Amino acid sequence: MKIPEYKPRDWKFHPPYVFKAYGSSVKRGPLKKLAPIRQTLSEITGPLFGDIKPDAGENDLTRNADTGKEAMGERIIVVGRVLDENERPVPHSLIEIWQANAAGRYRHAVDQHNAPLDPNFIGAGRCVTNEKGEYGFLTIKPGAYPWLNHPNAWRPAHIHLSLFGPSFVTRLVTQFFFPGDPLISLDPILNSIASPSGRRRLIASYAHDVTEPEFALAYRFDIVLRGRQSTPFEKSRR
Amino acid sequence: MKQTPSQTVGPFYAIALTRKPLNVLATDSTQGQRIRIEGRVLDGDGQPIPDAMVEVWQANAHGRYNHPDDKQEKPFDPSFTGWGRSGTDDKCFYSFETIKPGPVPGPGDTVQAPHINVVVFARGMLVHVFTRIYFSDERANESDPVLHSIKNKDRRSTLIAAGEERQGKTIYRLDIRLQGKDETVFFDM
Repeated sequence: MKIPEYKPRDWKFHPPYVFKAYGSSVKRGPLKKLAPIRQTLSEITGPLFGDIKPDAGENDLTRNADTGKEAMGERIIVVGRVLDENERPVPHSLIEIWQANAAGRYRHAVDQHNAPLDPNFIGAGRCVTNEKGEYGFLTIKPGAYPWLNHPNAWRPAHIHLSLFGPSFVTRLVTQFFFPGDPLISLDPILNSIASPSGRRRLIASYAHDVTEPEFALAYRFDIVLRGRQSTPFEKSRR
Repeated sequence: MKQTPSQTVGPFYAIALTRKPLNVLATDSTQGQRIRIEGRVLDGDGQPIPDAMVEVWQANAHGRYNHPDDKQEKPFDPSFTGWGRSGTDDKCFYSFETIKPGPVPGPGDTVQAPHINVVVFARGMLVHVFTRIYFSDERANESDPVLHSIKNKDRRSTLIAAGEERQGKTIYRLDIRLQGKDETVFFDM
């Protein structure tokens, strides 16, 4: 059976499994060499969520706590496109996000940082990309927060994203940061990416064209998932 | 264009990703043999990880994936997506209520033994890992092209879940070991 395979993971841009400066990777990253596998139907298929219709407002984190009140903090618009390596848009693809509130606290029992919870903010949302691969969220700018990785460790403000793409192998979990944040260069999780251009890829850009007057600043974060290997036909045309 | 780099799910993914249970794949109308799959994700010290997340993707009972790129002429089961997600419970177990998948084609003319495709995420994992779950009672394991491609034969067993009957239910158990002597085989796919 002929299988239209996906390009391999680009290990020049992804972090290693173990990065000593990020303490919890040391015992949790595999140490043996990954086993090569030929892609089969098991790898090139995957869950499609195109028929999921997120409830109206699931991508509005300022109001999706359903308390009837707006979350506290600096309102921001987050937009972007999901593309593949071949510059094709990835349409109808589920994006889930999660983040700390404006004070730098997650609504999670494990987070005991002494900062206020906001009863009007869950910190989770989702949406599905449109025909052009575009997505958008309205949320609150997350705060920085301390963690125990090393003395005086602070995570720069960031938003986590989870994406599927069209196959099992296109799965991606990542996070983006905000431009100009002085904590970015100190963050071992971002610094696990060896390539400086790879690290820059995770910093959103300010999007004045999307910023809404007298309402909210906007940031743009585009995402590139693995694409198909070009077919012999496409190769011969070059 | 270059791939966007991966990052860890961190310790707080549950507020978004496992807020609702997503680990029941089989409904009353799903075709096939009901099974439960369970296990733990263990770190390099053999300690169970409380903030790991496991996702599965599998074919239906006839060996067909619910995806447009699966063009096999096998029955389609509209009541089975084949996808599930599990965090870990208070004893650090992940679990899925699903059906035993059918065999699917492998490279060339080969047939793959029934298996479930697995992704593991955790705080501390900068990049997710891909692995598989096979079933101890499947004779087709002996001719499975992917198991065969694992050069170190002793490591193949890290992918094979042991079956048992418990209160009339078929349960398969597989622990996923991120490091150590019995490190699970993870695939570069």
